[in-house]
Amino acid sequence: MDLNFTVNGETWALDVAPADVLLDVLREKAAVKSPKIGCERGDCGSCTIIMDGRTVRSCLVLAVEADGHEITTVEGLSFDGLSRLQGLFLSNNSFQCGFCAPGIVLAATELLERKPNPSRHDVQEALAGNLCRCTGYEPIIEAVLAAGAGGDQ
Amino acid sequence: MTATYPFEAESPTGDLATVGTPAVRVDGVEKISGAAQFVDDIDFGPGLLYAAIVESPHAYARIVSIDTAEAEQASGVVRIATGKDFPYKFGMYMEDRYIFAQDYVRFVGEQVAGVIARSHREAVRAAKLIKVEYDLLTPLLDPRSAVAEGADLIHPDLAAYTHVPWFFPEADTNIAHWRRIRKGDTEQAFADADLVLEDTYEVPRYAHCAIEPHVTVSRLDPAGRLTVWTASQSPHTQRHLFAQALAPLGFTHKDVRVITPYVGGGFGGKAGVSMEILGAAMATLVKGRPVKLRWTREQEFYNTYQRQGVVAELKVGVMNDGTITAVEHKLYWDAGAYVEYGANVVNAAGLSATGPYRVPNITNDSLCVYTNLPPGGPYRGFGYSEFHFGLESHMDRIAEAIGMDPVKFRKKNAIVEGDELAYGAHMNPSGLHEAIDKTAAAIGWGIEERSDNPNTVIGKGIALFWKAPAMPPNASSASFLKFNEDGSVNIAVSGMELGQGYLTVMAQIASEVLSVPVDKIRVETPDTDRNPYEWQTVASHVTWSSGLAVEKAALEARSKIFDVIHQVYGFEDDSLYLEDEAVRCKTDPSFSKPLRDFVIDGIQTDDGTWRGGPIVASGKFMPEFTNANSDPATGQGGHPNVHYTVGATGVVLEIDKATGRIWVRKAALAVDAGRAINPDLVKGQITGGLVQGLATVLFEDMRFDEGGRMMNPTFTDYKIPTAFDIPDEIIPIIVEVPQPDGPFGARGVGEHTMIAAAPVIANAVYHALGVRITSMPITQEKVAMSYLATTMSEGNQEE
Repeated sequence: MDLNFTVNGETWALDVAPADVLLDVLREKAAVKSPKIGCERGDCGSCTIIMDGRTVRSCLVLAVEADGHEITTVEGLSFDGLSRLQGLFLSNNSFQCGFCAPGIVLAATELLERKPNPSRHDVQEALAGNLCRCTGYEPIIEAVLAAGAGGDQ
Repeated sequence: MTATYPFEAESPTGDLATVGTPAVRVDGVEKISGAAQFVDDIDFGPGLLYAAIVESPHAYARIVSIDTAEAEQASGVVRIATGKDFPYKFGMYMEDRYIFAQDYVRFVGEQVAGVIARSHREAVRAAKLIKVEYDLLTPLLDPRSAVAEGADLIHPDLAAYTHVPWFFPEADTNIAHWRRIRKGDTEQAFADADLVLEDTYEVPRYAHCAIEPHVTVSRLDPAGRLTVWTASQSPHTQRHLFAQALAPLGFTHKDVRVITPYVGGGFGGKAGVSMEILGAAMATLVKGRPVKLRWTREQEFYNTYQRQGVVAELKVGVMNDGTITAVEHKLYWDAGAYVEYGANVVNAAGLSATGPYRVPNITNDSLCVYTNLPPGGPYRGFGYSEFHFGLESHMDRIAEAIGMDPVKFRKKNAIVEGDELAYGAHMNPSGLHEAIDKTAAAIGWGIEERSDNPNTVIGKGIALFWKAPAMPPNASSASFLKFNEDGSVNIAVSGMELGQGYLTVMAQIASEVLSVPVDKIRVETPDTDRNPYEWQTVASHVTWSSGLAVEKAALEARSKIFDVIHQVYGFEDDSLYLEDEAVRCKTDPSFSKPLRDFVIDGIQTDDGTWRGGPIVASGKFMPEFTNANSDPATGQGGHPNVHYTVGATGVVLEIDKATGRIWVRKAALAVDAGRAINPDLVKGQITGGLVQGLATVLFEDMRFDEGGRMMNPTFTDYKIPTAFDIPDEIIPIIVEVPQPDGPFGARGVGEHTMIAAAPVIANAVYHALGVRITSMPITQEKVAMSYLATTMSEGNQEE
């Protein structure tokens, strides 16, 4: 089946099977490796991508469902240098192994676009679908709060 | 030319420039920009093949036959492997495991056959077509029944297995190793004690749950070189075990190459060798083609090392003044079907099961018991998390029984430098008392807090921890260091960056010695062909051990630099020092020679010839004061542990009396890092380890059915913490009492931060509700039911 979509601003025309999962197609055919394979059932969030402005778990989306859509991964966020949020993640030692980082960066990016000055509860809620086993979340939450417009809640 | 040691700061102020500062982690940008490469992210081209494994559905059975005929004809199948292809044993500390099952399967999930196919989907489909006939046997799922008289033997040939000299298997039993400690006269001490408290504590199995599943890609090239890309904490140990196990196929160590890019979380689960050997072996059947094997999340739960369960029978004697006089700790470990790694967890726990206390009379028995559950193995804490649950619960109970404040009681008995350890060696310097005081202060110990909500109560708890690295006595680290034309530095080591910040810490240590800034030092993940030896990244030992190796390489490079300056300018070596990437001279303040001017090309002399050349150096560290030889009957005589890291954990929690729901309002953890090379990274370990530990006590729990099958191998059913499931406030406290032989005084802290999390909750629950729970996890349901039972029995008494 034909799949035409945009990944980080680049258009792709691919031939995929009906059962192909978007996560696998992105990783194997569309040259982005930041969405990770962690559980393949939507529990861990490490395959998070942004599709048309909203985060989705790419392991739960069929590739053909992405036809005509616009996808952003963390590679796309970093073309012109790190975002302010990424800079805060860096200075705050927010990540350790880094495997969950691409998904969490996107989940937090979406939150800040939707709600520029989130509360601690907002941040926890936005990240609750992205599992991190290393950090205990606290340094991640603190960085997102700091990235909020006021950062003073 | 010898490197001076220890290194002393040589700047005019004597201050350290980099060590002790929160340098931004060197792998940070890669990780937040999507650039960091994990094994599964490497492209192997169209020749890549995929493997799928046929696993035993039975916990204990004899294999009658394996029929691969139909699978061989399935689309895409290239090759099928069974035990017949690889009748080879392997094992880390004890060779009790085969690559593929031979005649018996001993746990649900044990690998019986493997399919190599051209796509992942075809491999999985063909694996389902392999028919295995089994003759079922009755599994042993509980360690106490497995040690009972007349129990079936899971490994009848145990006595013939090869193992390290510090293991003591009991022939014709299911006890693979029995670590005994006998010190003083425990019986007499119990008879003389004012109070003896005895109880049994139960700890179930737990899963590491690194978010990256195990994955490995292996390729045997046509010239006979086997390369394995693997998500591993242990590249050199893997190479060693692959080379050993596959030696009958003609491999030597130089033919085997292990490459380990970033690892997406380890926690012990990616130490040693588990599924990786399947990929390595199968690749030998399809020469020239890379073969990828990736575990599913389900396999990640039931078919990698699990943290072993334990039943702990604990008896402690104490005098009315609070002096602990005797400890008897009997630990029955549910070690699983193969104990090649897990038996050393049992050993480590047995050596140290008194906890961080001065105890004159000790009887420790730590029994490694085979069961028909998945193989046990290393998990952050390495046995200490498990026995601390009972031990630190017990300490609170004893304090209460003799009417003493639990903090005061602990301080009275807390071990100090020079105290004799259970096996006769002596305790290293430590800041345990400081850690206790600071933790107690942070949670407002002794200050009663009342909830505004009539349905909830507030409780506080405190618990201590200690842990020594558990390693072979001669576990070593090595490093290579080279300068580049611009004065930047590359360091090759073989410790793994698991997220703890190892690469950054190594860069900081070299930076301190060489005066080269951290951002001009590149330290990368290992390749066993290029990087020098490291035993493994486990045991919280790499900051210490690999750090010493890097420090020594940097000192050697510095000596070589000074030697060049001496040859050309005549300054004595001891008048020279490094500052801001230049060589300076104490006797000639006007002298300054930038490193970039000569560390590759050397220095031209007056006659036009050149001196020096590329500055390269190496360093190694092996502890030379340890030995694992001891009397099997008493455990006395050796020096098995290098040193202990200690600390304390405290919590304030709020409990809903009706539902048992627990909110951790505040958690404080003080750990003695010796010297925090990078305080931010130490704080990261405190926060992360504490949350991981709290999860084991509050909700995580591996469940097995009566057939030995894990019932909850998904994140849906085995809950790990989300961003909501963390304390409202975490207070990290760094104590720094230097380790005399550590790099700048540092010792490891990675595992320690989760060790006391379970008992501290048990103690705080008791403080809040008067309910003592002696089995983990302390779930909401368990708290509510236990509290209900107390209130009902109190009600009955009143009637």
